[in-house]
Amino acid sequence: MAWTYPTAIFFAVIALLLIVFTVLAIRWPETPRVGILRIETTRGDRLFLTLLGSAFINLIWLGLVPAPQPYALLACLVYAAAVFRFV
Amino acid sequence: MNKTVNQKAWFLVLPVLVLVAFSAVIPLMTVVNYSVQDTFGNNVFFWAGLDWFKQMLHSDRMWNALGRQLSFSAIILAIEVPLGVFVALNMPKKGFWASFCLVVMSLPLLIPWNVVGTIWQIFGRVDIGLLGYALNKLGISYNYTQDFFAAWATVIVMDVWHWTSLVALLAYAGLQSIPDAYYQAAKIDQASRWKVFRYIELPKMMGVLMIAILLRFMDSFMIYTEPFVVTGGGPGNATTFLSIDLVKMALGQFDLGPAAAFSLMYFLVILLISYVFYTVMVNLDKREGK
Repeated sequence: MAWTYPTAIFFAVIALLLIVFTVLAIRWPETPRVGILRIETTRGDRLFLTLLGSAFINLIWLGLVPAPQPYALLACLVYAAAVFRFV
Repeated sequence: MNKTVNQKAWFLVLPVLVLVAFSAVIPLMTVVNYSVQDTFGNNVFFWAGLDWFKQMLHSDRMWNALGRQLSFSAIILAIEVPLGVFVALNMPKKGFWASFCLVVMSLPLLIPWNVVGTIWQIFGRVDIGLLGYALNKLGISYNYTQDFFAAWATVIVMDVWHWTSLVALLAYAGLQSIPDAYYQAAKIDQASRWKVFRYIELPKMMGVLMIAILLRFMDSFMIYTEPFVVTGGGPGNATTFLSIDLVKMALGQFDLGPAAAFSLMYFLVILLISYVFYTVMVNLDKREGK
């Protein structure tokens, strides 16, 4: 599988996020809410939207923005905060 | 009475998790690993960072294939969905002919992709194919190996032939679930045929139609075998859709890195569009349930 440290960290972070959200869902169950997208979302949905959106933000950054790639992660953090607050 | 809490049933999900891990998650991880490295064979890899992604994002080849792919999916959806609904509306509601139509309609769905490709490849041939030979004798210039338009027409008609039945069968199932009372009420109100379709049949079919659109979109977006067998992606690159291009890159040229970056972007697009369809579908169901 040709593992490298960066890819291992990448998957470890995703796995960790999934574990944290599972624990959160068990300890503090929640009711879905309707946000600006007018759809019902749970924490898990918002995490999915965050991860998917972050992938696209990184690709757009890579293709169009001349600034170094790690800055894209800052944009992703802002996006994640917005998703968890408003969606 | 206190409810017993027993979470052990979750262990029953384990076999599925293991299966999905082996069939999807682990291969996907491998692709992610390939996408950031380069190899010259012998299982030796060199770190390449995000170069392949950058190269793919600026590659005309990928954007052109994506454009062709989106056009293909849009065209077949625009034909298959209305045509499938039209066929479903005209199928007999009950009796022998209803069963007969259902069986005949499901026949194309049972034929394997490569056989469908072979059927149309021979059917369209100018020298021995019934379609190709007849069209040329009628004075219509048709040769899917040389002409861009003929190649596209063949691939699209082939897909319509193969998959319209699926849309028709799903729409038919949706129609069958409408109680007679709705039609009787429409009759009392003297509603026109169009109004019955617009305000009774279409809203009641919406759920299954969304499933049909989602299935057809995903299938057509990943189409490989049929156009590969018929045109091989040609003439030139005219019918080189995303998967055909991907296979050429990964297996033909053995450019594992770029192909892996390409397939991850391809995967993201499918994930995004499927999520949008799924969300719309679930919300339609909820609205209907209210």
